[in-house]
Amino acid sequence: MPIRVEGLSYIYNAGQPMEKLALNNVSLAIEDGEFIGLIGHTGSGKSTLVQHLNGLLKPTKGRIYLDGVDIHSKEITLRSVRQQVGMVFQYPEYQLFGETVFEDVAFGPKNMGVPEHQLAERVEWALNLVGLDIGLKDRSPFELSGGQKRKVAIAGVIAMQPRILILDEPTAGLDPKGRDEVLSLVSRLHQEEKTTIILVSHSMEDIARLATRLVVMANGEIVLEGTPEAVFQHADYLERIGLGVPQMKKLLQALQEQGFDVHPDHYTIEAAEGEIVKILETK
Amino acid sequence: MAEALIKFTDVSFSYSADSPQEFEALTGINLEIEAGEFVAVLGHNGSGKSTLAKHINALLVPTAGNVVVAGIDTRDFDRVWEIRQNVGMVFQNPDNQLVATTVEEDVAFGPENLGIPTPEIHRRVDEALELVGMNEFRLRSPHQLSGGQKQRVAIAGMIAMRPRCIVLDEPTAMLDPVGRQEVMDTVLKLNRQEGITIVLITHAMEEAILADRIVVMEEGRVVLTGVPRAVFSQVETLTQLRLDVPQVTALANRLRQRGYDQIPNNILTIEEMVNVLCQLE
Repeated sequence: MPIRVEGLSYIYNAGQPMEKLALNNVSLAIEDGEFIGLIGHTGSGKSTLVQHLNGLLKPTKGRIYLDGVDIHSKEITLRSVRQQVGMVFQYPEYQLFGETVFEDVAFGPKNMGVPEHQLAERVEWALNLVGLDIGLKDRSPFELSGGQKRKVAIAGVIAMQPRILILDEPTAGLDPKGRDEVLSLVSRLHQEEKTTIILVSHSMEDIARLATRLVVMANGEIVLEGTPEAVFQHADYLERIGLGVPQMKKLLQALQEQGFDVHPDHYTIEAAEGEIVKILETK
Repeated sequence: MAEALIKFTDVSFSYSADSPQEFEALTGINLEIEAGEFVAVLGHNGSGKSTLAKHINALLVPTAGNVVVAGIDTRDFDRVWEIRQNVGMVFQNPDNQLVATTVEEDVAFGPENLGIPTPEIHRRVDEALELVGMNEFRLRSPHQLSGGQKQRVAIAGMIAMRPRCIVLDEPTAMLDPVGRQEVMDTVLKLNRQEGITIVLITHAMEEAILADRIVVMEEGRVVLTGVPRAVFSQVETLTQLRLDVPQVTALANRLRQRGYDQIPNNILTIEEMVNVLCQLE
């Protein structure tokens, strides 16, 4: 069990007038190789939860275990936790600082103690994985386009070769092309590098396509959990807590209400196409 | 016919003109936007959308050709404030646009700079906050607001200047679904109820289908323009331009490719698809 969260509560500004309970007794287990889609409206506690997973926040109550070891115990250093659990923040390109792309991507592995002679190889590997031309390595990251900058920032995290990668809204503010590129990169990491992925997103369409399991948060608690099929069955509830439902799921539901014999649990275009072809063939 | 509110004639624009880094961002743009129209501008990053938008309120002026807004050439430097009073801009990042310590002071900032008398400023601030539904937050500090609320305050700040047109550059890109809905409801209300001309730059197709007209840009040129239904029926072209189409439109297109010609190619909403299927014999 690589990640286990037990009875986690977190209070911002504890003991002050602005005190706020951001997480309320959250428990969650994540297996190796899973692709978790973490969803919830703004303020639901998603970001607070993921910031606990690599030790950026310390629980007010409860524990977080990595491979059975409490990450705040003396048996493990937070440095080691952060190497294993990589984190790509929202708008990570705002955190670029290097004079060159190489310097920026090499920063993490260098601090981790990767020897100098292996750094070039590591940087090249990471740039290749995010789909950036290796020729960019001597350029200033600030001269690149928004989508390229974000890939440099992601490469910097991947270069540390984390086993578990958390991405907080990695496609926010990108155009459709940039979004597709970032999502296919995440998908590649999951499938080829066998990295465990935790993807925080508002986009139901993206999450439905990629995640193997969804975790839905509202008011600091986990309110739904399961396969995309299972979670999207609660369409009305999801809309009530300020979340959307994939458009294809809504279409199939509407058709079922009109008396068509369709299976309403699909949420991809391909599957919806199959259901509608069944209708058309009977006409 | 009355003169269009915004008129681009053979507009080209180069960044760093006459230097080795010269980059032509707009090429031969001809575009007219009528008063009261709601126009959505689509195109991937680097296609020239934002450069186009900045020409509407004279943040940029053309390298060649001209832009006329409310009868004023944007190169007429002496009248640039008149143009900016007529055209308000709202940008992507809700955290970069609010300047004051309370919501109402922020909304008052524009009219104060126009030298409007205090009682009139009060009236305008009340009216603008009411219109965007932020009246109850008027004494709050902007940093206590959600992203959608911040954007609505930014919009109210524009409204208080009584502009004829508001240009919004990806105003929902950084917002969650609730925030997006709030901003789009506000934009529609301004257009439909107050008759304010809207130019909305967006990547979100569910926003673009609400417009009267869509303008698609690629490499600094206008490559496609028309009502949403006509533009989105060209699924292949849009896909080539690396733009999205609504999922239900993409689905209709796939069904047609399988030979189901009874499905029209211009379906935009779930309701339309359901209706089409219900009406088949």
